[in-house]
Amino acid sequence: MAAAIESGEVSVREVVETALHRIETLDVGLNAFTLVMHNSARVAAAHADTEIAAGRYRGPLHGIPISIKDLIDVAGVPTTAASQVTDRSPAGADAPVVARLKDAGAILIGKCNLHEFAFGTTGEDSAFGPTRHPLDANRSPGGSSSGSAVSVATGMATASVGTDTGGSIRIPAAACGLVGLKPTFGELPGDGIVPLGPSLDHVGPLTRCVADARLMFTAMGGASLSAGSGQTTPLTRRLGCPRPYFFDQLDDGVRATFEQALERLTDDAWTVSTSPIRHARDTATVCLHLLLPEAAAVHASSLDRHGATYTQGVRLRLEMGRYVLAEDYARAQRGRAVLTQTVDDALGDHDALVLPSLAIPAPRLGADTVEIAGRSVSVRNVTLRLTQLFNATGHPAMSIPCGLTTGGLPVGLQLVGRRSHTAQLLDVAEACEQSLFLQQPT
Amino acid sequence: MTGDDWLDAAKADAQRRQLPALEPLLEALAKATRQLRAAEWNLNAASRPTHDADPPDDAPTT
Repeated sequence: MAAAIESGEVSVREVVETALHRIETLDVGLNAFTLVMHNSARVAAAHADTEIAAGRYRGPLHGIPISIKDLIDVAGVPTTAASQVTDRSPAGADAPVVARLKDAGAILIGKCNLHEFAFGTTGEDSAFGPTRHPLDANRSPGGSSSGSAVSVATGMATASVGTDTGGSIRIPAAACGLVGLKPTFGELPGDGIVPLGPSLDHVGPLTRCVADARLMFTAMGGASLSAGSGQTTPLTRRLGCPRPYFFDQLDDGVRATFEQALERLTDDAWTVSTSPIRHARDTATVCLHLLLPEAAAVHASSLDRHGATYTQGVRLRLEMGRYVLAEDYARAQRGRAVLTQTVDDALGDHDALVLPSLAIPAPRLGADTVEIAGRSVSVRNVTLRLTQLFNATGHPAMSIPCGLTTGGLPVGLQLVGRRSHTAQLLDVAEACEQSLFLQQPT
Repeated sequence: MTGDDWLDAAKADAQRRQLPALEPLLEALAKATRQLRAAEWNLNAASRPTHDADPPDDAPTT
């Protein structure tokens, strides 16, 4: 699309009108958007066409329609966090990641639905109602960046910006057959974004391919999108697979599709060896004792004033955090340090770690539990199981699509890279994507 | 404060604040906290064995 825009083969106005038409046609059933920015998008499109016609093409995001999770400030419109708790006054300024995307020429098409305050993995608890999966309206697209994922999966936006505190970019990316990138902790600025767990929060892109994720990540970091922003490092084509713990609770369909993907990688000269992460079984309890008190601290005054206004599930999880003792938060910080070292150890001399992104296919809306190998397990627990470790440790992690279950639902393959080497992780992901050579499911 | 003392106090406070729905979540949190305190990497838990089992399914996660 970027080449067609640059050459004038297609105008930005046409691209934006197509996106707006898709939203008008599709979003009644999907509920991916909390706000569609018709007027400002059309004004920005006209401006972009004028710039491009005058020879001032800014780069491959110029004129590209993108959506923004409604947890992130966009000047002039409210940031609702999909909650009745937030006021509806407009944000005074763009979050830096938004400002940088605008500088790169991206067109903001609208703001996206999410699980209230990003504190959930399904997108069901929202002041705007649940977002629905584009392949099955009775299923969740995953969350919390539910609307962002659906907007990209359906072509209502070319890319989206989401946030990830326990998997909220990678989970919906996996469930919807997209690429979702959680960079290294702190690599992209979190200013202008409603926090959930400040030591766990990440912002990143959801896209249809790794190349687009690289463009978005680069622009969000404020770097130039000049030519040559592709692969940066030679790869060994060695991947480590942390099977213990991570493969203990996998849906049969997800397991089969993931194993087939590993076979396709090995057929294309990748070496995949088992590389356990010690103490991985402590992941959930460490993350729990980090996030709950941090989220409670963020929301303390709102809970006191507007507790009954939160959705019940989110309110109760926030209230739980008020009971975690400081000594247990300190223990969890110790656990975080241990786990960070064990992930570094597991990476060893591999290009990346490889594991599934989401242990189940897109869950049914309203389901609290799901059956895996004859056992009933919590949807919330199992959706976080494979992703949240890397929020605690800060390693960059991304989900790329790796196939469909026999039921036709997408499965995500997660790659985890070295801290502060997100660009190298993108190299690995792009090479794996080429090896998997899959059609996108939507 | 022992885990049991903490749980009793937390449940009483939830009742006082008219949040009875918190009670089962606090019980699950107490299980998770026991597991955290028993982790072999905890400086004060050197004598505790490494646990192999997953957290119970009713334990909350983030």
